[in-house]
Amino acid sequence: MPLLESRNLTHYFDGLCAVSDFNLDVEPGEIVGIIGPNGAGKTTVFNLFTGVYRATGGSVLFDGSEIVGRTPSEITSLGIARTFQNIRLFKELSVLDNVRVAHYAQVRYNAIEALLQIGRYRAEEKRVTDRAMDLLAAFRLEDHAEEPAGNLPYGMQRRLEMARALATGPRLLLLDEPAAGMNPNEIVQLMDLIQWIRKSFGLTILLIEHQMRLVMGICERLKVLDFGATIAEGLPRDIQNHPKVLEAYLGEEVSP
Amino acid sequence: MSTVLKSAGRGWREITGNRAFMPSLIVAGFVFSFAAAQFELLDPYVQLILMYVGINIILASSLNLINGYMGEFSVGHAGFMAVGAYTASILTVSVFPGGATFLLFPLAVLAGGLVSALVGLVVAVPSFKTRGDYLAIVTLAFNMIIKSLIENLEAVGGPRGFLGMEKLTTLPWVFFWTVLSVWIIRNLVYSNFGRGVLSIREDEIASDLMSVNTRHVKLIAFVVSSFFAGIAGALFAHLLQYINPRMFDILKSTDILIMVYLGGIGSIAGSIIGATIFTVLLEILRPMGLWRMVLMPLLLVILMIFRPRGIMGLREFRWFVPLHDFLAVRLWRRKKEAADASS
Repeated sequence: MPLLESRNLTHYFDGLCAVSDFNLDVEPGEIVGIIGPNGAGKTTVFNLFTGVYRATGGSVLFDGSEIVGRTPSEITSLGIARTFQNIRLFKELSVLDNVRVAHYAQVRYNAIEALLQIGRYRAEEKRVTDRAMDLLAAFRLEDHAEEPAGNLPYGMQRRLEMARALATGPRLLLLDEPAAGMNPNEIVQLMDLIQWIRKSFGLTILLIEHQMRLVMGICERLKVLDFGATIAEGLPRDIQNHPKVLEAYLGEEVSP
Repeated sequence: MSTVLKSAGRGWREITGNRAFMPSLIVAGFVFSFAAAQFELLDPYVQLILMYVGINIILASSLNLINGYMGEFSVGHAGFMAVGAYTASILTVSVFPGGATFLLFPLAVLAGGLVSALVGLVVAVPSFKTRGDYLAIVTLAFNMIIKSLIENLEAVGGPRGFLGMEKLTTLPWVFFWTVLSVWIIRNLVYSNFGRGVLSIREDEIASDLMSVNTRHVKLIAFVVSSFFAGIAGALFAHLLQYINPRMFDILKSTDILIMVYLGGIGSIAGSIIGATIFTVLLEILRPMGLWRMVLMPLLLVILMIFRPRGIMGLREFRWFVPLHDFLAVRLWRRKKEAADASS
């Protein structure tokens, strides 16, 4: 059974059709890429999957259950986590707290226990802190745990965003342009990182990307969007020479 | 000279870093406040000012939870105070049996807090959908509604006010409630819910997407904040022994806002410093008459220009941070080093 099933997913902003009839099956363990020119509706698809927008039509099944209409925090707790195109860390909070916030749904004490520091409060705080630190260590960020997240250099902020997303305990990870603003060397490192994340956390990954090097390098399947519609899908090497894709990116060929 | 200073600094850190430091300070403070009230160690006027300081600390730290930690802009805090003040006063004057009010006073204060918290629950609901300026207007309207509601309730004296309370608010009681509210608000901030509150300030959508149940978090923040505003109101009413609706208007809310922004947003220490400076300065400036009402806002303007986040702005004294949280990273590192060494 696919982990994520999108059926005729459609979204309108007032009269403007941002996504139309988006169909996608993502099998467990896959890395699937969504590409397309600017404004094609790629990020809108992510916003629909994570509940930021409520789809105008269609359905999305995650692990067999409908998620259209659920709130973002419910969907995240079910096991879909994401990063953002423009980094959205909690800048004034410490690196550690950024990751601890993302454990919100996994902490097992109630408000009364928190307010009076009784019951499970101490043990749970220790558990969450240790898990968050372990996760930071896996992303080589443990030495910066107590710094404000906004003070980290760009590359580390990208890594922290992934660590934070993983802290929610996802099964499906949505990466929105993870290579934005990276040089070729950093992109190679990022590809290794994504492969490593998939293997060590047992994840399924769906990513949006413009960098063809990254997309061709790690995606097993691609889906190409243009003006909200799917114009092609298949294996990376087939997509590369697909006439419709070339047209969307480069324009129509002029016959001599 | 410098070595003396250094070792003094180290000694100070050792004392304040001790697990028993805060509890012993609190016990000493309580004993002192009790003795001061009982044996008149302090001038009654000084005692009165100290009680105002305590009440204002409760008000400032509870408002800081919403405005500083959560990053919303509530301008109706005096409304919650009014609810607490009237609830507790009605209880001690009309409900509780005459001879027992002294014993039942803590219950009255608690009831004031609880009723106010219930009202806070109602005000929290619009905060699910509205933010920033719009929520500010909602809280402003709430403040006005409470005030005109009381003005039109003949049963509690209407615009003439309500009196007949005994002077039940004493220095030890104010000390107790101040410590309790600061402690609970601090506990909230350094918990899972507190991190949720902070993340809402930083980026509400990202917070929601990181599994934080933002509605639940807002509800808790508003309930705790209004609970303590109600407590402060109850103490205030039994200190003054007379309350009227005009005491809890927008001007009072503005005073509390000044304390919060003076001391610093997102800081317990800031709330305490802000409330103390505000209260004491107003008393010192009393001989200036009306001019102090000019000087205070002027001070605030100057502060906002040179230090827009207030005196403490988003920083905290170390002894307000729970020790287990303060040491958490260090403990993890030590454990890791031990694990690395053994492998």
